[in-house]
Amino acid sequence: MKISLGRWLLPVYSVLALVFLMVPIVYTFIFSFNDSQKSNITWRGFTFDKWLNVCNVQNGAVCQAFSNSLIIGAVATVAATTLGTMIAIAIVRYRFRFRSATSLLLFLPMATPEVVLGAGLAAQFLSVGVPKDMLTIILAHTMFCISFVVVTVKARVASLDPALEEAGRDLYGSPGQVFLRITFPLLLPGILAAALLSFALSFDDFIITNFNSGAVTTFPKYIYISAARGIPAEANVVASAVFILALVIVVSAQVSASARAKRLAKD
Amino acid sequence: MAFAAFATTTSDADQAPRRKSPVALLLLLPGILYLVLFFLTPLVSLLLTSFQTPIEGGDIGQYAYAFRWENYVEVVTAYLPHILRSFAFALTATVLALIFSYPLAYFIGVTARRWPLVQSLMLVLVIAPFFISFLLRTLAWKQILSDESFIITSLKAVALMAPDAHFTGTSAAVIFGLTYNFIPFMTLPLYTTLERLDTRYLEAGSDLYAHPVEVFRKVTIPLSMPGIVAGTLLTFIPAAGDYVNASRDFLGGPDSQMIGNVIEANFLVLQNYPAAAALSIILMTVILVIVMVYVKRAGTEELL
Amino acid sequence: MSTGAFAAQGADLELVGIQKRFPGFTAIEHLDLKIPAGSFFALLGPSGCGKTTTLRLVAGLEAPTAGRILIGGTDVTDQKSFQRPVNTVFQSYALFPHMTVLENVAFGLRRRRIDEPVAKAHEALRLVELDHLAARKPQQLSGGQQQRVALARAIVNRPALLLLDEPLGALDLKLRRQMQLELKAIQEEVGLTFLHVTHDQEEAMTMADTVAVMNKGRIEQMGAPEELYELPKTAFVANFLGQSNLFTGPVVGSTRDAISVGVAGHNIVVPAARAHRHIGEVTIGIRPEKLSLHLSAPADDAARNTLGPGRVIDVSFSGVSTQYLIDVPHLGNLVVFAQNMGFGPVADEHAEVWVSWAIEHGFGLEDEPGDTPKFESDTTTRSIAAQRRASLVTELEEI
Repeated sequence: MKISLGRWLLPVYSVLALVFLMVPIVYTFIFSFNDSQKSNITWRGFTFDKWLNVCNVQNGAVCQAFSNSLIIGAVATVAATTLGTMIAIAIVRYRFRFRSATSLLLFLPMATPEVVLGAGLAAQFLSVGVPKDMLTIILAHTMFCISFVVVTVKARVASLDPALEEAGRDLYGSPGQVFLRITFPLLLPGILAAALLSFALSFDDFIITNFNSGAVTTFPKYIYISAARGIPAEANVVASAVFILALVIVVSAQVSASARAKRLAKD
Repeated sequence: MAFAAFATTTSDADQAPRRKSPVALLLLLPGILYLVLFFLTPLVSLLLTSFQTPIEGGDIGQYAYAFRWENYVEVVTAYLPHILRSFAFALTATVLALIFSYPLAYFIGVTARRWPLVQSLMLVLVIAPFFISFLLRTLAWKQILSDESFIITSLKAVALMAPDAHFTGTSAAVIFGLTYNFIPFMTLPLYTTLERLDTRYLEAGSDLYAHPVEVFRKVTIPLSMPGIVAGTLLTFIPAAGDYVNASRDFLGGPDSQMIGNVIEANFLVLQNYPAAAALSIILMTVILVIVMVYVKRAGTEELL
Repeated sequence: MSTGAFAAQGADLELVGIQKRFPGFTAIEHLDLKIPAGSFFALLGPSGCGKTTTLRLVAGLEAPTAGRILIGGTDVTDQKSFQRPVNTVFQSYALFPHMTVLENVAFGLRRRRIDEPVAKAHEALRLVELDHLAARKPQQLSGGQQQRVALARAIVNRPALLLLDEPLGALDLKLRRQMQLELKAIQEEVGLTFLHVTHDQEEAMTMADTVAVMNKGRIEQMGAPEELYELPKTAFVANFLGQSNLFTGPVVGSTRDAISVGVAGHNIVVPAARAHRHIGEVTIGIRPEKLSLHLSAPADDAARNTLGPGRVIDVSFSGVSTQYLIDVPHLGNLVVFAQNMGFGPVADEHAEVWVSWAIEHGFGLEDEPGDTPKFESDTTTRSIAAQRRASLVTELEEI
């Protein structure tokens, strides 16, 4: 009796822990169907209205904030992924001076609380006299994403056998061809993972954004501002849609990866 | 993901032969320049701002460069409770998240190894909270745990809570929110180290000690140390600077404000930039010192 | 495989005064080497001897600090790797994991814009008998199959020179022996110049026409495998290629045909033609399998050298042969390999024995005595221990 209890303790706990993690997500999802008025606190009945007319509330403020977040996320992701990938390749493949200083410069943004990053940038924009708008948000997001890109891509570059590139050169590939046909395709999974992470970080960022956004409203900022007077159910709709989309992408990637692994093992 | 990479050391990166080349400079320069421009100089201007003095006869929010070190004395006197509270909250949340996450990460990384699909699906559920705005998640908890909610009313009905007690707005609620929001940051690095844990060590351990608790303490914990270090840092640092959970519109109340709330209010509302800057510098310095001491003691110096 | 843009046949390779320094150490001090066209040439040596560096210099993956590299008479020293008519079979194979086997093989042809790359790639795959797996990804192949794809990917380009960097190192013993024969057969079929780098002496001797033994950045000896084995020039070669019993002593007499060396009270005769030094202190040697074991003192024979009596201190039976370790007073330990013609060992441990060998089997080294390396490539821990003991004994005697 005691033995079987010990054996079940860990799985049961793990399932309960995951359920606990899901609670607010499920709550948000359910309340996206709430037939609410202004605030979305008490349950007033089931409706699809909010999903169908998501952009109609408050003159489309939810959708405006959402599209701002998409644009900022996309631009910051491209910029951070490009800069970060270049640094990652240099760090793994080359010797250069100021190596430890470079590592420190890359580590510090991850070890600095967001509120400090946000306040620092805002203080700089203030002293230089740059008005806060979309651009300042993008500049800020690119900054804090670079380090995470470097960490992610670096692992991939390090696991890339240098002999593969040597083989490419040995087989008459010019440096440009070797990069395009060998190095880049082999780094691509790492680069994509880094880009996804950057986008997720940028899309969900509030603290740094809040300091550098001026009058521009991103999706998280919209929620923060509306929290005082009540969040419309449309915000739940947008968040739930994003959640489902992300879940579908990740789960299908996992399933196809495990299918590929199975296929490889079979042959 | 980066959380995984956070837990790995750089040893494998050092094996590849490295050469000197001007290409390295070309690859490094744009990104490094960017970080210098948008990370390093902002820290410098934050430092300069923290010593600024109000312009005499100027409007609110107008300051001149000076060396007014009294700013630091003033903010520490005014906000010492907030500073202490921030670190206390962050520390408590980190410990709670570690206790919550370790068994979960162990189950996914070690026990569930035999079923790769279960393993990857559970992992997806761990990172699922990332896919939904953390502000909305926090607000959801606020409503789930509000005074009128089912949970709180039932707790009061069975007299586990005093009839006039609240949960939201208290320090406990803020710590709860911090813990919840940073659990994935703790679980993922723990998972990555535990997933690579060679179970033969555990078998060897039980062969030699024969006591599961001893094996866990002497073998499992030391071997998962890199994950513990990465996870606690990834939780503690953002938690100490967070101001969403403690915000009054979310889980906080007047007596549970953290340093982040004070910085936000001073910077964005009161336009007292020197005070906000001085508090930021204090926060960052304390965190860097803690991180350095902690990383030195834990013995994994290279995190990046 | 009829058209080749570079070479229908292999070209010769010439290294002139090559030196390669890395920050902190010198990999190659001074190297001159000429490999004739169409030969199967092996560079043999322990790890760290500079053989892989030599290969990378020829491939153009490293640039020499000094010296020239000529392929077919053309100076290629300043050519980049992708401009040289050279292809490499990498130690790890370095097959591109994101391409199919066919794409891998066609890669070099496509880069050089050769006509019909796919047809030629199929042809190369047929040569290594893997055409049926052309659509697979490399990770779906076994180690031996990957090795053959790497070979096909290199030879499809008809390089003037094919470099093999320990290409069989990752395979298990049985597969390695099989691949050795296959590689040799393919080399004979395509007629290219092969430069093969290995630390496995048996592999080098099985496959190569010419073997160069490399040590500490220079070539110790070069020649046909039989020649190197039967007449090693240095103690390093004598011990790296198989095992040797080496003795040091002064030349005490010499005729036109032979020299006589005094070793621990015995006179040992070595044919003059097989000795590199004829006066002063010399080191002479004999291979363990050339020694005969006697249980009683053999009758004097002018055609044989005799040592003994000694005592058997170790017998290890390995099926085909038995290895005896014999302690001869004042001389140290001798290793004897005896074919198992009857059943079991002929001498037991502690037995008193004599050894003898035909005079024409001995050899004299070029080395100055004293720099004899305390090194054996292919021995059991027992014989290493025995050798240690032997060297200690000689050291003690010198005092």
